Amino acid sequence: MSADVLIVRTGAANLASVVAAFERLGRSVKITDNAFAVRNAKRVVLPGVGAFGPVARRLGENGLGEAIRHRVEEDLPTLAVCLGLHLLAEGSEEGEDAEGLGLLKARASRYPKSVVVPQLGWNTVEVDQDCRMLREGAAYFANSYRLSDRPQGWQVAWSEHGGTFIAAVERGNVLGCQFHPELSGSWGADLLERWLGCEGAVTC
Amino acid sequence: MLMRRVIPCLDVHAGRVVKGIQFQALRDAGEPVELAKIYAQQGADELVLLDVSATPEGREHALATVRDVRRQLPLPLTVGGGVRMLEDATALLEAGADKVAVNTAAVSRPELLGEMASAFGCQCTVLALDAARAGNGWQVVVRSGRDRLELDVVEWAQAAVEEGAGEILLTSWDRDGTGSGYDLELLQAVCGAVGVPVIASGGAETAEHMAQALLAGADAVLAASILHDGHTTVSAIKRRLATLGMEVRL
Repeated sequence: MSADVLIVRTGAANLASVVAAFERLGRSVKITDNAFAVRNAKRVVLPGVGAFGPVARRLGENGLGEAIRHRVEEDLPTLAVCLGLHLLAEGSEEGEDAEGLGLLKARASRYPKSVVVPQLGWNTVEVDQDCRMLREGAAYFANSYRLSDRPQGWQVAWSEHGGTFIAAVERGNVLGCQFHPELSGSWGADLLERWLGCEGAVTC
Repeated sequence: MLMRRVIPCLDVHAGRVVKGIQFQALRDAGEPVELAKIYAQQGADELVLLDVSATPEGREHALATVRDVRRQLPLPLTVGGGVRMLEDATALLEAGADKVAVNTAAVSRPELLGEMASAFGCQCTVLALDAARAGNGWQVVVRSGRDRLELDVVEWAQAAVEEGAGEILLTSWDRDGTGSGYDLELLQAVCGAVGVPVIASGGAETAEHMAQALLAGADAVLAASILHDGHTTVSAIKRRLATLGMEVRL
């Protein structure tokens, strides 16, 4: 029996919060590190706790990276959270010797010393006009690195901490969040609900 | 813009929320999951859950409580109390904590903070730091207030961040449970010395106290007794903080 949502086990991530968020929305959840399952699942979440270097290398070695790349290129419903968003990008200052999947033409860099790092807490989110899933509001962030430049071909939500940074990106059925929707109260739950509303390869 | 946080704290003993004065004289303050739900509805920005039992049976209870709270709570959850080794932190994260706070064990073996930061990231690694006034400064207090160490609070805060702590939960042992306001000099000293977020704890009775702590440099304020006793609500506190000019999520 296939679950509504498949969560990729990338290593040391705490998955309980993500699992609980989907279960509160009445969805069944499974956790896997099987690349074939990830490639073919209805909906996949790439969660985000850990350091960029080790996780990026592991994804490159075990085929999970290729499975995620296939999903994003084919516009299959996929959600990347926090570090997951950085993994979609080209690379990160957090692990210069490892490569991201290059699906977003952007690189993650550390917040400047002028602000508190890590950023821990709720920050305001503003959205491009043509966003379908993303809405303005406030979301919970827990990060030291962020993307700053608009990647071509994606709709973007923005936030501000030592300068403007990317709060989230969306394209078709693919959503990448720097914040944690699973920890962002009812605003986050509503966003997950809109992502869950995506149906397969047809742009909804 | 990053907003200031109001964080209810649940001290949990044998599956119940308790509250004491200066860590002593525990009394019952309710059921953790129910209180967590109420505070989430009131607009709490996150939740801290501290296991104050410090016994093996208490630890099992605490893991069960974390699982129950996690199922209901769409907010960040920090859990602390009795974390001795990396395995304790792992068990709490797997049960549903988003951050783990370490106190006594980090003083005994600071490398624990580094091990946690490498395994889970510094954003998961919280130093719980209890401080007592001593002369012109503050001494680190451990073992729930039983031991005062010859260790300067500001120096320890800096060393802990260097090791890997990504946030400091700073409790004034002198003010805890007294309702006389936070130790603002303590907050200024620690916030001025580290670049990571600091949560102010110990002594809050009013939203004005909380605004003072935020102006002193705290990123967040912790509150327990004033909420559990029903004197006020998270929403009332945040509305008042907003009128006092603080950036909060309403």
